[in-house]
Amino acid sequence: MILKDIVEKLQLEVLTGRSAIECEVIRGYAGDLLSDVMANTQKGDLWITQQFHHNIVAVAGMNELAGVVLVNGRRPGDVTISKAEIENIPIMVSTVHSFEFIGRLYAMGVTGIRENAEGV
Amino acid sequence: MQGEKKFYKRQEMVYELKVYQIMKSPVITVHPETLMSELRNILRDKGISGTPVIENDRLVGIISIEDFIKWQAECMEDCPLKQRMISEVKTVYAEEPLVHAVSTLESHGFGRLPVIERDTDKLVGIVTKGVIIEGLLRELEIDYHEEEIHRYRASHIFEDLIADNINLVFRYHVRGNDVERGGEVASGFKKSLLRLGIHPDICRRAAIATYEAEMNTIFYTTGGNIIVNVQPDSIHLKVQDNGPGIPDIQKALKPGFSTASDWIREMGFGAGMGLNNIQNCADEMDITSTVGEGTTLEIGINMAKV
Repeated sequence: MILKDIVEKLQLEVLTGRSAIECEVIRGYAGDLLSDVMANTQKGDLWITQQFHHNIVAVAGMNELAGVVLVNGRRPGDVTISKAEIENIPIMVSTVHSFEFIGRLYAMGVTGIRENAEGV
Repeated sequence: MQGEKKFYKRQEMVYELKVYQIMKSPVITVHPETLMSELRNILRDKGISGTPVIENDRLVGIISIEDFIKWQAECMEDCPLKQRMISEVKTVYAEEPLVHAVSTLESHGFGRLPVIERDTDKLVGIVTKGVIIEGLLRELEIDYHEEEIHRYRASHIFEDLIADNINLVFRYHVRGNDVERGGEVASGFKKSLLRLGIHPDICRRAAIATYEAEMNTIFYTTGGNIIVNVQPDSIHLKVQDNGPGIPDIQKALKPGFSTASDWIREMGFGAGMGLNNIQNCADEMDITSTVGEGTTLEIGINMAKV
């Protein structure tokens, strides 16, 4: 699924990396602990978080994530925004709360890591 | 930086390129005395939709398929096309930037624009939207090709260097407590590795290990150095700091164990997974630490293993 479609359908406000929202979203991942996200994401994942410390940009860049969605109406600071703009990483914000947002995303067909989920 | 005003490659190109670099030349032309009935065959045979009208080397008008259709719709008798052509012709000079041609085409809704040489006032070429698109794609292709050559050269650096042993050393200094710059070493190092043409999976592993080590140095020490040795078949990372040291390394290696203070946790760090992440990225890992003196972390990544 193309990130732009998610942006339009879930009415995300794109703060940075506008030229990168044509990219393909492979999976979704939710987490607020940076090391956890670092360990469990891979290229093309869309990261849903409440974390707005500017190191979210480093984590997203390191793992080549498709983008970062800040939920619950959280907004990043200027440092985060300028870093993300330099790295051309889409940071998007939504006023919707995490659980609801992820539910809507899942309904659109974006799934997460399927390991350990079989037969559960 | 976060403004709407982004300058894209395409825009850069229309400003930098001159009309003569893109224009189609030589131009198919017609004479004012050519009959309207002949025009259809000329346009069809040449695969064009319009053409400048030339008399004694001078541009006297322009005529297009639209004029032809209009003429047919009005059921006019055959006549020389000078009676049906448009004689007030907008032109562009060959030396002008392409952007002028683009904006003239856009603002007047013209299909084509004759190109004139400023000194001689002669027709030297023609631009249409199709010609511009073709030209831009050609230029992009040249750029892309250069980029590819550039990349190719970088990615074979180890083959190009002649020595019995090659060892590239990257040194970084990390300041304690400098959270603002956290992650800069790791992302800079990752970019360098990619430039060396190292496999992206290896780059990613090395970058994650470097990132975690860098953040540990920032949060828990007064500062330190990261020294990386890159060899054709391996990456060796050494992180040294000046304290305070780790009292129980086995405990520190346990997933979830963390001594992070609240302010660190609030920023999303301190999950107790840093060292585990490093371990997962490394083929070899070794920590030595003396309380009060400092810690040395060494990791090895084998490049043959992708």
